[in-house]
Amino acid sequence: MDFSFTPEQEMLRESLARYFADTYSFPRRQAMVRSAQGWAPGAWRGLADDLGVLGAGFDPDVGGLGGGAVEHLVVMEEIGRALAIEPYLETAVLGGGLLRRWDSPRAREWIERIVGGEVRLAFAHLEPPARYDLQHVTTRATRQPDGWVLDGLKDAVRGAPFATHLLVTARTSGDDRDRRGVATFLVAADAAGLTLRRYPTVDGSLAADVCLAGVRADTLGSDDGFDALEAAVDEAIAGLCAEAVGVMRRLLADTVEYTKQRRQFDAPIAANQVLQHRMVDMYTRVEQAVSMTYLATLSLSRPPAQRMRAVSAAKVFVAEAARFVGQAAVQLHGGMGMTDELAVSHYFKRATMIESQFGSADHHAHRIESLAPDA
Amino acid sequence: MQLDFTDQDLEFRDEVRRFIAEHYPAEVRERQQHGLELRKQDYLAWHQAVARRGWSVPAWPVEYGGTGWTPTQRYLWNEELALADTVPIISFGTGLVGPVIYTFGTAEQKARFLPDIVAGTVWWCQGYSEPGAGSDLASLQTRAVREGEHYVVNGQKTWTTLGHFADWGFFLVRTDPRARKQAGISFLLIDMRSPGVTVRPIITLDGTHEVNEVWLEDVRVPVENRIHEENQGWTCAKTLLAHERGGIAMVSRSKVALTCLRDLAASVVERGRPLLEDPAFRRKLTGIEVDLLALEYTELRMLAAETAGNVPGVEVSMLKIRGTELQQRLNELALEAVGPHAALRVRATLAAGAGPVAMPAAVDVADTYFNMRKTSIFGGSNEIQRNILAKSVLGL
Repeated sequence: MDFSFTPEQEMLRESLARYFADTYSFPRRQAMVRSAQGWAPGAWRGLADDLGVLGAGFDPDVGGLGGGAVEHLVVMEEIGRALAIEPYLETAVLGGGLLRRWDSPRAREWIERIVGGEVRLAFAHLEPPARYDLQHVTTRATRQPDGWVLDGLKDAVRGAPFATHLLVTARTSGDDRDRRGVATFLVAADAAGLTLRRYPTVDGSLAADVCLAGVRADTLGSDDGFDALEAAVDEAIAGLCAEAVGVMRRLLADTVEYTKQRRQFDAPIAANQVLQHRMVDMYTRVEQAVSMTYLATLSLSRPPAQRMRAVSAAKVFVAEAARFVGQAAVQLHGGMGMTDELAVSHYFKRATMIESQFGSADHHAHRIESLAPDA
Repeated sequence: MQLDFTDQDLEFRDEVRRFIAEHYPAEVRERQQHGLELRKQDYLAWHQAVARRGWSVPAWPVEYGGTGWTPTQRYLWNEELALADTVPIISFGTGLVGPVIYTFGTAEQKARFLPDIVAGTVWWCQGYSEPGAGSDLASLQTRAVREGEHYVVNGQKTWTTLGHFADWGFFLVRTDPRARKQAGISFLLIDMRSPGVTVRPIITLDGTHEVNEVWLEDVRVPVENRIHEENQGWTCAKTLLAHERGGIAMVSRSKVALTCLRDLAASVVERGRPLLEDPAFRRKLTGIEVDLLALEYTELRMLAAETAGNVPGVEVSMLKIRGTELQQRLNELALEAVGPHAALRVRATLAAGAGPVAMPAAVDVADTYFNMRKTSIFGGSNEIQRNILAKSVLGL
């Protein structure tokens, strides 16, 4: 049993932290997300060209650095710490996870394009009645002589407005909630028949509802690929937990710093035991969220039931921790925690959205209960 | 990073498992199965069986009887003990006074006291808390006045766990009343059969006798029973607290308790179905399962850091807080599971031979719940643990 990072992983973390400190400082981040465009292509290009980190989790033969899930964890934690809106999770973790499983010359070409920074993906999966149920897919995929055609409506697709391509889940056969007959397709964002209704998100990113009307698409692997999708989404959930850890570390650090500076009744407010204990409770949740993120990440290669149990347990814990730590951070900042000016409110908003992304605490608790008790 | 134990670790675990299966005293197992109160000889029988194998003080330096195990092996040992539901090896000797003696004692003191602690032939108790000195331990008032080659000790100690079994006790006493609080304290070993030592039971809310008051009236203690220099007792006490860490989170014991709780919930009927299938109750069980995993892997992370050579720090306070919170949560849910039957002192009725009872599974559930409230109070209350973390980890 070993929970240490290799020197290469530590270097990856340090170089990312430096890059984000330079190019993604909180004022710069705010200027970017508030620009008319709402994002900046330069930051993503920098991750590919200046740092070469987009290949962190891929094999060397496709231009990667030979890493895997732990490298994803390192990158996602730094993304969380910087409150970056870059679509690493959707592109490298989720898209990369599906492409690795597809394992064909075409898939390898796509991975090379991801590593090179040419592709930004968004995960077009949610449908209004499905909520967190991954297998509930009603968007239809119809086979044509020269490929597939998609029809349906996807909503709340994070990052769709700045994606070059969408990963679209659609049903090739079966009923709405069957595990069988679900496939994932790659669709160019400017494909004919695809329209977006764009939203700003509360946590500084962009999202869209996606209408697919006779859109031509490539499958990513099998037309019966639910198991692969489920495994790749679990990898994304582990990555999301790592992002939450980065967000929560910053929330705790800012809160400790602020309460030491802020004076009331002629003393720093951090001198109050009731505040100290609240911050200790934040700390214990952050540390345990780290442990659960490691557990989920290192369980991704285990048999499916073990993997699902570990990932869902991590998501339950992280969702509850994110709520506790976020609320406490705002509370202990007092009125300043309510302002748009301070970073803390923005980290709080991201922490809150992470709670429900890829399934809430209750959803994942039910998933654990659906597995055999000792899986 | 990797999650698995090594093959050597797994072989070690099998060896430990075999040892426990083959050497756990049958009589003790029988008393546990019949829910009978454990006697001094029951605890010592197991301690002595472990000592014969050479494993009673794994964490000690090898020269004094330690096993030289890695932190991971010590963890696996504790886990196997929990899974086998063994009676604990009472830690006052092995975990508390022993390390103080081998760290600060003279060669003569080590030779005199350590072998019996290792062998489990002498029962030790702890004389720390006083009616006026709980969390603020350094305000203790028990006085020791030097008279020639003896100290004459007067005062009152309290919350002395299993003191009624004790042959010897280790006591913090004030030897310099003029010095600053911590500076005037010494660490004395006292033979509990000495004239002037009186042990009086404190009956706790669950009706049991576990803790005691210890009265010391003109007790004459040879100076040679003082560990470390006079007025250096606080140094000993601090060292001792650092040794209280092993397995403090009790994760393995709680995992066993969770399994028992599932069995209990499966046997209770709620609206025509087993309570285990009730969504609200299941969600609570799942919550505990998740929280136990989070604690388990936090402990394993600390263990891995220790294996890599980092001395565990005050972060262990977090294990104490969360470990006891989860133990108590498990007791709460057992209480909820048995519902109105929790009110019945089933054991008394069974002991009276009054025939079968409606819910045998309700035995001791409420009293265990009441008793286990102690865990967030003893060993440094959870509030004190938070103070420690606030100061040492967060720099507040």
